[in-house]
Amino acid sequence: MLNLLGGWGLQALTRLGRAHLLLLPLFRGLTEILRRPSLLVDQLYSVGVLTLLIIGVAGLFVGMVLALQGYNVLSRFGGDTALGFMVAASLVRELGPVLTALLFAGRAGSALTAEIGLMKATEQLSGLEMMAVNPECRVLAPRFFAGLLAVPLLAALFSCLGVLGGWMVGGGLLGVDQAAFWNGMQDGIDFNDDIINGVIKSLVFGFVCTWIAIFQGYDCVPTSEGVSRATTRTVVHSSLAVLGLDFVLTALMFG
Amino acid sequence: MEQSPADNREEPLVRIRGLRFRRGERWIFDGLDIDIPRGGITAIMGPSGTGKTTLLKLIGGQLAPDDGTIEVDGRDVHALSTTGLYRLRMRMGMLFQSGALLTDLSVFDNVAFPLREHTRLTESMIRKLVLLKLEAVGLRGARDLMPAELSGGMARRVALARAIALDPTMIMYDEPFAGQDPISKGVLVQLIRQLNDAADLTSVLVSHDVAEILQIADRVYVISGGRVIESGSPTELAESGGEWTRQFIHGLPDGPVPFHYPAPLLADDLLQGAVC
Amino acid sequence: MNRKRQIEIWVGVFMAIGFAALFLLAMKISNLGTAYSGELFHVTARFDNIGGLKTKAPVTIAGVEVGRVQEIRYDPDDFRAVVVLGIQGQYLGKIPDDSFANILTAGLLGEQYIGIDPGGSEDMLGEGSEISMTQSALVLEKIIGQFIFGKKKGSGTE
Repeated sequence: MLNLLGGWGLQALTRLGRAHLLLLPLFRGLTEILRRPSLLVDQLYSVGVLTLLIIGVAGLFVGMVLALQGYNVLSRFGGDTALGFMVAASLVRELGPVLTALLFAGRAGSALTAEIGLMKATEQLSGLEMMAVNPECRVLAPRFFAGLLAVPLLAALFSCLGVLGGWMVGGGLLGVDQAAFWNGMQDGIDFNDDIINGVIKSLVFGFVCTWIAIFQGYDCVPTSEGVSRATTRTVVHSSLAVLGLDFVLTALMFG
Repeated sequence: MEQSPADNREEPLVRIRGLRFRRGERWIFDGLDIDIPRGGITAIMGPSGTGKTTLLKLIGGQLAPDDGTIEVDGRDVHALSTTGLYRLRMRMGMLFQSGALLTDLSVFDNVAFPLREHTRLTESMIRKLVLLKLEAVGLRGARDLMPAELSGGMARRVALARAIALDPTMIMYDEPFAGQDPISKGVLVQLIRQLNDAADLTSVLVSHDVAEILQIADRVYVISGGRVIESGSPTELAESGGEWTRQFIHGLPDGPVPFHYPAPLLADDLLQGAVC
Repeated sequence: MNRKRQIEIWVGVFMAIGFAALFLLAMKISNLGTAYSGELFHVTARFDNIGGLKTKAPVTIAGVEVGRVQEIRYDPDDFRAVVVLGIQGQYLGKIPDDSFANILTAGLLGEQYIGIDPGGSEDMLGEGSEISMTQSALVLEKIIGQFIFGKKKGSGTE
């Protein structure tokens, strides 16, 4: 039993080590990307554009639900003028970055893992190596930086559409005073404390989610079973990492 | 291409000495010695699981041996720096069993890929070169197809066109005939021979398709148990008195390689089951 | 090539939407769009009790925001709260020095802010000057207490 635990721990540690070793060639691949930006553009399409719809719809609905629920609570204390602030604060500080990262891991992260895993299973990565092309710089790095860039933008979009959804429900459906909604929001949300911290959060989440997805794909057992396991692991590990890191970051920023 | 230190026709292109390689506890190669002469087709044969693909990956520097040396063109592959290794690989083509075509690129872009990565040719030059290479494998008309739309044999031919895109000195074929219908096999046999002779290539084939190998190889190595068992020209091998080679070449079900996986006596096994 | 162009356009759209969202977050949702970034001059005011006043609370004259509360500290010598107001430079020399500073509440439970009632003096407030006439925050418990015990005083009622 103890033996098993030790073996599992060692395995986890070596994986962690390999994952860190992967970071070096990923950042070395940056020079290649700067030389040929089209590599990044292609990946931004599959990582960013294809994730746009789910992020937009989710953002809108989360904002609408927040407004409904928030109104129920706030109107008890006659504080429905604080609705805008409440919706915007929860979106910008927490829900925007976190939910975006979770959806990103499910939509784009799993796809990244599956794609890289299949490339490994079908010897495409080996083939690249034999063509004297470094797959870490040519295949992995553009995907990594595309994810890193896409997540903060997606999170911003999520928050914006969330506020829009909240305004639609609050202002339109529930009849909260429009000016109070926006003024309360603008008074309460501080650019440095809230917006910048939210962007930092989503950058960190983007880094972690893409890194996990790429590593799982690159490190998977090159069989169809191995790829499907790696895809599952990507979603689970990313989600746990995002939620754990969110606590740490929130404690550091707002604590 | 740069001048190699041992550009001598007599020197073998690839020289493997005392190669030992282990996967887990099992020694896949245990003191392997192989010379691959320039300009010919050398076949390496052996039953499944003898690590023939592993051997090609060792030559290409994708895996490192536990012991022994592999020299390609007089240079120790595993002592090279990363850039040196990459420069060497540009002179090697490798044809993977699955073709290893990039699935998100069309046939044309797949063949153009190494040219775009490693040369600064203009698009029109690349177009001409790619069409020539595709013509050589007879698939110029299939340039706009995606890899998923190709049959196995066609995928292998496209991969071959890609492998010769940079005009390498050596091509390694990993099981080129496995899983092909007789017509595709015939096409591939002919292509390998033609390319080898027309471009003065050195070809290394790894396979267990005896008939095709004996048809095109200039020299054959038979490996088993991590060592070379026999080597020579196809005619020498066909007449070989070695029991193992006879079994392999004629496909006999039982012989030095037993039909049964090592196991206790059947009667003991059955009785034991009854006790429990 | 056509498909490549399409991808490029879509990625362009994506980037544009993303940065537009970031811009909206900064300008429309946070205080960056409403914040006054020009020159400020500072005026202090002393209050017996500031109630729930916070830094960054608005400072208004006739309901129009002219500045923000920059600093709140306690002066142990006269047992009063010292509030530093940052007022927009365009009002320098335009607020009489006998103006009256109140701590008011937006709505029944809203945020507290400072309202300045201009006086009639010829001398104007400048950098570092002090507003001497102040009125403390309305503390609900005290009012309720006064109401219950029937001690109707002039102060504390509006």
